[in-house]
Amino acid sequence: MSLKIVFSGFGGQGVLMMGYVLAVAGMKEDKHVTFLPAYGAEVRGGTANCTVVVSDEEIASPIASSPEFVVAMNYPSMIKYQNMVKSSGTMFLNSDLITEAPAREDIKLVRVPVNTLAHDMGADRSLNMVMLGAVREVTDIVSGKSILTAIETVLAGKKQKLIDMNQKAVSVGADFIRGSK
Amino acid sequence: MSEKTLMRGTHVLGEAAIRAGCRAYFGYPITPQNELPEYMASAFARMDDAVFIQAESEIASINMVIGAAAAGARVMTSSSSPGISLKQEGISYLAAMELPAVIVNMMRGGPGLGNIAPAQGDYFQATRGGGHGDYRVIVFAPAYGQEIADMTRQAFDLADYYRIPVMILGDGMMGQMMEPVVFPEPIDPAKLPEKEWVVNGSKGRSSRIILSLWLDPPKEEELNWRLARKYSAITEVIPDQEMYLTDDAELVLVAYGTAARIAKGAVHRARESGMKVGLYRPKTLWPFPSKALAKLCDHVRHFMAFEMSTGQMVEDVRLAVEGRREVSFYGRPGGVVSTPEEVAAIVSSAYHGKAN
Amino acid sequence: MKKIFGKPDALKDNPFHYCPGCGHSIIHRLVAEVIDELGIKDRTIGVPPAGCAVLAYNYFDVDMCEAPHGRAAAVATGMKRILKDRVVFTYQGDGYIAAIGTAETIHAANRGERITAIFVNNAVYGMTGGQMAPTTLLGQETTTSPGGRLPLRDGFPLDLSEMLALAAGSVYIERTSVSNPKGIIRTKKAIRKAFEVQLEDKGFSLVEILSACPTNWKMSPKDAVRWVDETMTKIFPLKVIKDVA
Repeated sequence: MSLKIVFSGFGGQGVLMMGYVLAVAGMKEDKHVTFLPAYGAEVRGGTANCTVVVSDEEIASPIASSPEFVVAMNYPSMIKYQNMVKSSGTMFLNSDLITEAPAREDIKLVRVPVNTLAHDMGADRSLNMVMLGAVREVTDIVSGKSILTAIETVLAGKKQKLIDMNQKAVSVGADFIRGSK
Repeated sequence: MSEKTLMRGTHVLGEAAIRAGCRAYFGYPITPQNELPEYMASAFARMDDAVFIQAESEIASINMVIGAAAAGARVMTSSSSPGISLKQEGISYLAAMELPAVIVNMMRGGPGLGNIAPAQGDYFQATRGGGHGDYRVIVFAPAYGQEIADMTRQAFDLADYYRIPVMILGDGMMGQMMEPVVFPEPIDPAKLPEKEWVVNGSKGRSSRIILSLWLDPPKEEELNWRLARKYSAITEVIPDQEMYLTDDAELVLVAYGTAARIAKGAVHRARESGMKVGLYRPKTLWPFPSKALAKLCDHVRHFMAFEMSTGQMVEDVRLAVEGRREVSFYGRPGGVVSTPEEVAAIVSSAYHGKAN
Repeated sequence: MKKIFGKPDALKDNPFHYCPGCGHSIIHRLVAEVIDELGIKDRTIGVPPAGCAVLAYNYFDVDMCEAPHGRAAAVATGMKRILKDRVVFTYQGDGYIAAIGTAETIHAANRGERITAIFVNNAVYGMTGGQMAPTTLLGQETTTSPGGRLPLRDGFPLDLSEMLALAAGSVYIERTSVSNPKGIIRTKKAIRKAFEVQLEDKGFSLVEILSACPTNWKMSPKDAVRWVDETMTKIFPLKVIKDVA
């Protein structure tokens, strides 16, 4: 199994962090992982995106030409990546910022109001982990436990409160998916 | 930190260099490799015995490398294509003065200012010496995060052992990508073998000179032949490659670095379609691993070099194959990164004898 | 018989190859005498130039490491940062330091590198055969400024030492000459002070030494030293340019 996922949005939404936590979680499960952030001029102007590949076998290209999953945290990202998603793949949309739908019939859509969910739990900035929780619940790329451990690793040295908050946000995202099934 | 860590290529290189005893870094900012000097700056700021200078130019930084190497330090500089061009003068001097140093090139699109996307257009420059005069540098081409860590250690060891500049040739993608890495244990630079040739003040011995000027042609000739003998010895020992599914292969892709990973993806796809396709991945570019490639001529009918350039390494493939088998080329220069699907389609046409 | 004059320890036995009337031999000797007097021969490393003094390592009996043309200040920087308790000096001509090596020199000075630069200014490229230098005077004839240096065609003589004095990291900069006995004595004092500034860990030091090149100036040695004293010093006045030691 090899799954490719693109995380995209604008700077400040924690887009790279989402990918990073997922990649660390995959590594914790002894899977092959690659994390490729967009860099240089591409990221000027406030957009951010990264590609994560999680695989049981050695990973050839870290670039996702046709990813199974795309996370779009804002409208420009949906436009940019809508044609790239693999047929029968899934696009995760931040429904607080995206009301439109991609112009494709052959992909699944998962709408998650991450700004609202994060705000309701009193942690506006944890919207990325809310989305990651939702992504994990739908895709099952890694286990929920690995995500929680990965958050501890990634935020090691930071305040416990921040770690708790991010882990809780993952649960909120996962609960949202379970509740909407 | 002997457990698995997820780190980007440039940081892996920096950490591996420090663990190899590198205590001096001189550089000048250029994308896409800035995270390496940043890593060195912040790591060295926490160390008492390490020197970091952001120089006024690539030219100044490679010359600081000369000074630190002559003083006996394990020293590194890094840049990307246009900056490496500027360093070539200094690299030629390092070669002539037989000074050890590690030079990192995270290649980007060129020529000229080009762009900052991953590319492989500097193969000739890296493997043919690069600067003026009759010399070579050892060139490593890592393709995986773990390989960056391992090759960096090797680069410092070989540089000291052979008193030669060693280049680590990556590209923008190798530098930015994060992969899990297990680092080798750090070594204490104070415990490295003493260098009998450094200039550090002539206390208790006669004074030494490190130079590259030999006005008398027979003396310069002697230097050139001495270097040539050293290069021959290196060529016997260090060529290295990965051979993937080549045992029964009829067509073998030859690719290095990022291109080799894409090629491996193409090999998977070709195998799924029943084609006997393999990958030959040089891990050292100079010396090029020619012998192992030549052996494949026994059963491989077609070699296809795949590069992120208009065709440079393909010349070394042809030299190794010596006309015995068909050698073709597919490439995407300028910072365009092919997909495995794209390369698989090219391979498929070639495999079934169609012109591509 | 009592020995009253001899070769400094910091010089090898090799006879100088320099032209009659050239200042390099005097300046080599002064640097060597200072190294002897400061007792730093076994912890000094020199970076010789490209130019007439390219073979300086055949004369100085201290560790020497060559640098590519123009890059001595950068090579010396790398060396000194590794060997903090050693003494590192560079020896360069005007073309070297004020044309091709300007950037490296200014930035080394600005970083306050603990190195000492000996800058020999003879207003001409010597070893390559008398071409115009950055310090060539207006009207001065060279092989590449036929009829004399013209501002519109060739620009003006560059005063690098004044530029270096503006750099916050430079501590001591003096311009002297070796065109007369008084100047030679003054030059030695300046060289000594420049090394002391380094030994006291204060910052970048440089001595610019006006020196005759009878061969490329196409003058007799006697006329050449007179030209230094009477003409060159008008454009490059002898003085302590900066001293914040």
